[in-house]
Amino acid sequence: MKRLNILLKGIIKENPTFVLVLGMCPTLGTTTSAINGAGMGIATMFVLIMSNTVISLIKGLIPDKVRIPAFIVVIASCVTVIQLLMEAYVPALYETLGVFIPLIVVNCIILGRAEAFASKNNVMDSALDGMGIGLGFTLSLTVIGAVREMLGSGSIFGYKFIEGDGLIAFVLAPGAFFVLGYLMVLFNKATARMRGAVNKKE
Amino acid sequence: MEYFAIIIGAIFVNNVVLSQFLGICPFLGVSNKVNTSLGMGAAVVFVMGISSIVVYLLQYHVLVPLHIEYMQTIVFILVIAALVQMVEIILKKISPALYQALGIFLPLITTNCAVLGVAILLVQNGYNLLESFTYAVSTAVGFALALVIFSGIRERLELNDVPVAMRGVPIALITAGILAMAFMGFAGLV
Repeated sequence: MKRLNILLKGIIKENPTFVLVLGMCPTLGTTTSAINGAGMGIATMFVLIMSNTVISLIKGLIPDKVRIPAFIVVIASCVTVIQLLMEAYVPALYETLGVFIPLIVVNCIILGRAEAFASKNNVMDSALDGMGIGLGFTLSLTVIGAVREMLGSGSIFGYKFIEGDGLIAFVLAPGAFFVLGYLMVLFNKATARMRGAVNKKE
Repeated sequence: MEYFAIIIGAIFVNNVVLSQFLGICPFLGVSNKVNTSLGMGAAVVFVMGISSIVVYLLQYHVLVPLHIEYMQTIVFILVIAALVQMVEIILKKISPALYQALGIFLPLITTNCAVLGVAILLVQNGYNLLESFTYAVSTAVGFALALVIFSGIRERLELNDVPVAMRGVPIALITAGILAMAFMGFAGLV
């Protein structure tokens, strides 16, 4: 039960994008379509699981003073592994995500989880935590990507349902800010309403 | 002429924050006051200028001769982190006044993905040393410009009555969207 909670909390309660507002650069930069968003989310999730597991395994070996540089080296190694794998197996996605793949290193979500969770918990829980947070991140990125793709090019996951071009601005830079901004408003509204309902019941 | 194109391109057309989405964290985090954003902007210009030279030398005189280009990410992030620390220490010794002004912003720069992003991009674009330096400094100036404009708008925004659900990050994002739309007007300039 506790393990299930660790896995599920990343999706709504500690959603990295909408609640913690971390990792904004890839969130805005790679969500031009639902597939790109999902690809970025999954890549980040693998790095998170890997880095959380490794850091949890070696947490006893790292002196407290140099833990942040040590974490960064572990994360950078994981990112390099993922980068090489993606270049080999999904070259098209690797091309579109471009500079954002090496930049997973400086994604605050990963260092944040290493510091806040993996350095204090056992391996199994840390891997689950990485998976949960990664799932939450993937989900939000896919939703943002889907909305932008729908408005911007009239298709979803590459399947076109409106003829002709959509509102191009939503695929370009301003759309990223608008869609994320308004989705956050909706998320705030929904959670506020949920909290209100819980309070009333009590 | 080529340098002119790099400068205009990096500051306006491909603005690092508003069209490339690098360095969003400080853009949303330290943009409440015009003064602090000026400090942050100056610190980023300083660090990016130095890091571009260091990264260039490292890439073409260490990584390429040794055929370990795949170590790029690990080497760059470590060098940038060390560099920021070093700049901080040297600045404290040489120019306490400048340190006072930039001090609190320097540690924050390590986590600024724009610095690592520019380092990777200048290698990808195949610039020479002088071009790299020009590109890095103009990108940083573009970052500072966006930050200062945005903080000016946010100072005004403080006085307005914003709906509860939109307070904080959402309204900032929507404002940034309008700003990005304005910057789209520069597209095709170079």
